[in-house]
Amino acid sequence: MSVKNELKSYKTVREVSGPLLFVDLQGRGGVSYGEICEVVTGYGERRRGQVLEITNDLAVVQVFEGTSGLDTKETSVRFIGQTLQIGVSEEMLGRVFNGRGIPIDGGPQIISEEKRDIAGNPLNPVAREYPRSFIQTGISTIDALLTLVRGQKLPLFSGSGLPHNQVGAQIARQAKVLGEGESFAVVFAAMGITAEEARFFQSDFERTGALEKVVLFLNLADDPAVERIITPRIALTVAEYLAFEKDYHVLVILTDMTSYCESLREIGAAREEVPGRRGFPGYLYSDLSTIYERAGRIIGKKGSITQIPILTMPNDDLTHPIPDLTGYITEGQVYIDRALHRKGVYPPINPLPSLSRLMKEAIGKGSTRVDHAALASQLYAAYARGRELRDLVAVVGEESLSDEDRLYLNFAQQFEDRFISQGYEEDRSIFDTLDLGWELLTIFPNPKRQLKRIDEELIEKFYPLNRDPNYNFHDVNA
Amino acid sequence: MSSQIEGTIIRISGPVVQAKGMLGARLYDVARIGNLGLIGEIIQVDGDIATIQCYEITDGIKPGEPVIGTGEPLSVMLGPGIMSQIYDGIQRPLPAIKDVTGAFINRGVETPALDLKKEWEFEIVAKVGDVVSGGDVIATVQETPAFLHKIMIPPNISGKIIEIVESGKYTIEKVLAVVESEDGTRHEILGYQRWPVRIPRPFKRRLASDEPLITGQRIFDTFFPIAKGGVAAIPGPFGTGKTVSQHQLAKYCNAQVVVYVGCGERGNEMTNVLEEFPHLDDPTTGLKLMARTTMIANTSNMPVAAREASVYTGITMAEYFRDQGYDVAMMADSTSRWAEAMREISGRLEEMPGEAGYPAYLASKIAAYYERGGRVEILNSKEEKTGSVSIIGAVSPPGGDFSEPVTQNTLRIVKVFWALTKKLAEQRHFPAISYLESYTLYWDVLKDYYKKHFSDDFDKLRTRAFRLLQEDNDLQEIVQLVGPDALSPAERITLEAARMLKEDYLQQNAFHPVDSYCSPEKQAWMLRNIFALYDKMRELFDAGVDLKDMMENEIFDKIPRMKYEPEIEKLKSLNEEIQKLSPTNFEIITI
Repeated sequence: MSVKNELKSYKTVREVSGPLLFVDLQGRGGVSYGEICEVVTGYGERRRGQVLEITNDLAVVQVFEGTSGLDTKETSVRFIGQTLQIGVSEEMLGRVFNGRGIPIDGGPQIISEEKRDIAGNPLNPVAREYPRSFIQTGISTIDALLTLVRGQKLPLFSGSGLPHNQVGAQIARQAKVLGEGESFAVVFAAMGITAEEARFFQSDFERTGALEKVVLFLNLADDPAVERIITPRIALTVAEYLAFEKDYHVLVILTDMTSYCESLREIGAAREEVPGRRGFPGYLYSDLSTIYERAGRIIGKKGSITQIPILTMPNDDLTHPIPDLTGYITEGQVYIDRALHRKGVYPPINPLPSLSRLMKEAIGKGSTRVDHAALASQLYAAYARGRELRDLVAVVGEESLSDEDRLYLNFAQQFEDRFISQGYEEDRSIFDTLDLGWELLTIFPNPKRQLKRIDEELIEKFYPLNRDPNYNFHDVNA
Repeated sequence: MSSQIEGTIIRISGPVVQAKGMLGARLYDVARIGNLGLIGEIIQVDGDIATIQCYEITDGIKPGEPVIGTGEPLSVMLGPGIMSQIYDGIQRPLPAIKDVTGAFINRGVETPALDLKKEWEFEIVAKVGDVVSGGDVIATVQETPAFLHKIMIPPNISGKIIEIVESGKYTIEKVLAVVESEDGTRHEILGYQRWPVRIPRPFKRRLASDEPLITGQRIFDTFFPIAKGGVAAIPGPFGTGKTVSQHQLAKYCNAQVVVYVGCGERGNEMTNVLEEFPHLDDPTTGLKLMARTTMIANTSNMPVAAREASVYTGITMAEYFRDQGYDVAMMADSTSRWAEAMREISGRLEEMPGEAGYPAYLASKIAAYYERGGRVEILNSKEEKTGSVSIIGAVSPPGGDFSEPVTQNTLRIVKVFWALTKKLAEQRHFPAISYLESYTLYWDVLKDYYKKHFSDDFDKLRTRAFRLLQEDNDLQEIVQLVGPDALSPAERITLEAARMLKEDYLQQNAFHPVDSYCSPEKQAWMLRNIFALYDKMRELFDAGVDLKDMMENEIFDKIPRMKYEPEIEKLKSLNEEIQKLSPTNFEIITI
């Protein structure tokens, strides 16, 4: 928007309320919807804000740094005739920024190659390429049962006190595509997490030498809440630049989306909007979609954006509006389970309520292995049956179970101890993961009858007791 | 033709814009907003102030910029070129937008809905002197191998044809005929017509629906069928397979035309449809599915007001195809996102909210929308002809709670309810449609059709299946309370039969080349075999065969394979095999 930068400065703040300023425009108009303004306090401190609603007489402005210290007498507001933009550059890799995109690592200012609007335009569905390439995370439960795909948005549904940050960091560290040496980058956006959590991620990236491929945006718990509204959008604008201009495969980690939604609610309340469920604004779904839908691949472009949003479910409630609406937009979810965590299982990923919607086209011969789909289905079914029987045992005791039922109980236990459980540093290849699954299935002595979800041919070839020792099973074309 | 009105913007709040100086603007007229000329629709008029919902993002627009009321309602263009196309919520073709602005959708793009340059082969079927009225066909165009596009006189025109062109290649802007009405006005009939999306296209009268919309999905066709011209809702929490079910219906239902509206859906899902449909064959005609499908994709991150309009755009197209005498199926995924778009706009207008923040008129909007479905006698001056629009709406209830307003208001209208449940989805029982909670009100009118076309005993088999599932449910409750030991052997046989019905019949693999589509004949044979085996198990048990020994028989391995068997003859011989089983095949325990 190349509006001539005539000074549109106002000293007529009518009201300060929550994160909002109400500015009297005295009928002069000329301010546009979504425009950015500079707010100068009585002490000369400068802050930034954005127009949320505009008439000829009144502008409603949200101030990103918060409104404390603002008054109706001295505060002046200057509209700069532009919507919110950020300068992007490949040099941002390895740098740390605050939630508004200002460097906070003591390094030099970024010389931007291009300025981009942070709202981003919607990606045309006919220009999208359907995500099909398998990402190996080295975490068995994810790779085998909830396969992550390039261009997917797969959130971690977690709760307070659970190790979702470790899982997120482990994915960021280990993620790779088989047999390809392409440029890989991580864009990390923190919203309202604690300084401790931020340090954890930072030191993890540093320790593993990944930091030079990471762009960090940190809005911490004590930073202004309104700033969180723009943090993920700035991060995704940078990610889009890296992916679609510079051919990077970008993994975007957004944590914690719950804080983001709460900020949105705060602004909604300050504007006295009609609230939807649990006080969240009625447009929460549309708003979240403008973040999550910025993952994907584009026909004819090399790069991709894969998103791992992390959210903590208040009270572990899956039906809370934040996980609920997220689940309707994202392509599956990885459920971090409190019960498994209490048992000491790491990573405590419960495959039963988890899902990866893009999995089916990214696995199988040529990308993972021909037995993957059937094996995943069988492991899932057997574990589900085992868990069900465990509940039954709690009611009626183990005596009433048949021999076959006991096999399933044993399987569920082994599955948790050996398959789901793995070390924080342990990076399992997809072949090791699949073979481990087969090994667990040897609990069932009569595979052709008991493993109904796997074709006989596959059992013939892959069941450990049938295996040809001279054959190389560690191959995508095996 | 109404004249244009020019006003100025006085307020902007997200997609809602208010302008003054709009005296004379009518409700639902299209307005062009600001210097960029963004497209919007007038949704409230108060004195000279008009409130407009804008179909594009309003960032950067200022109060004081002009607004032009076009005096025309929001309309769609209907004519050759519409089939196999993919549009956004206000009928802008997405491939054309891509050509203009690249991979990302920019604002203010104007592209005609239909290709104005392409020449089509028009076959003229009327002649000078014919007396015609709305709905009469004057020409046809073989638009795709699967779809014959009929060029009709628009509904509100009647009179005598005084000029008509020869058959030949023309663009859709060519005047094909001139009709002179009784009062002497001349109407030029083009290759396309326009129709306002919010007004239902007229027809002669409504007819009862008595033919099923066959979908090839066992849970739908056998248990909860929908009639052609019927309306169905498919609600479910996320991850239960709503979209896969909608895709399956779009692929395999035996409608002649499918209109698929992705309303607030995921971008990648639409891409999947776009990539997949051109390669898939229609099981009834063998032609490509895309040749009979039109799509509207307004993904969740596209402007919210256009999402509100997208279902109307879709239904108007569906009605246009119906008026040509076709059976049309319209899928809307998901109507909850449409309702949420209404809620968002309503909130911006500061209207008094009803339940859960939805506007008070939610119920009437939902009802009016579903009422546009149905089987009708179409407009036409000559013979009696019928066409139908079946509507299948997905609903996404927050938290899977069916008591929320969108689900409840939908259920009051629709006659078929396919309830997706999380419990079945977690058991990987797909399609995760609850066989106990779902219902259809069409069975009574459809059962004769099933009897005549598929199998004499279909109704009987279906009733038995329902009873078995109910018995199973009761027995499962006992097992949960006191363990499986408490059951008698006869009850265990019932459980075993129910398990076969659930796993080997109701579960259907949408991604398996054979199982993805199951013909009604095959459905009847599969059911018949399961019940034959059930009867046989009871017979053998009475003769003293132990259940466990019985289950060792290889016939029990053949039942799960039925769904992957492409030939019905094989199922028939399996039935004979079952009948031949006798106690002599087993060791008899005598007490």
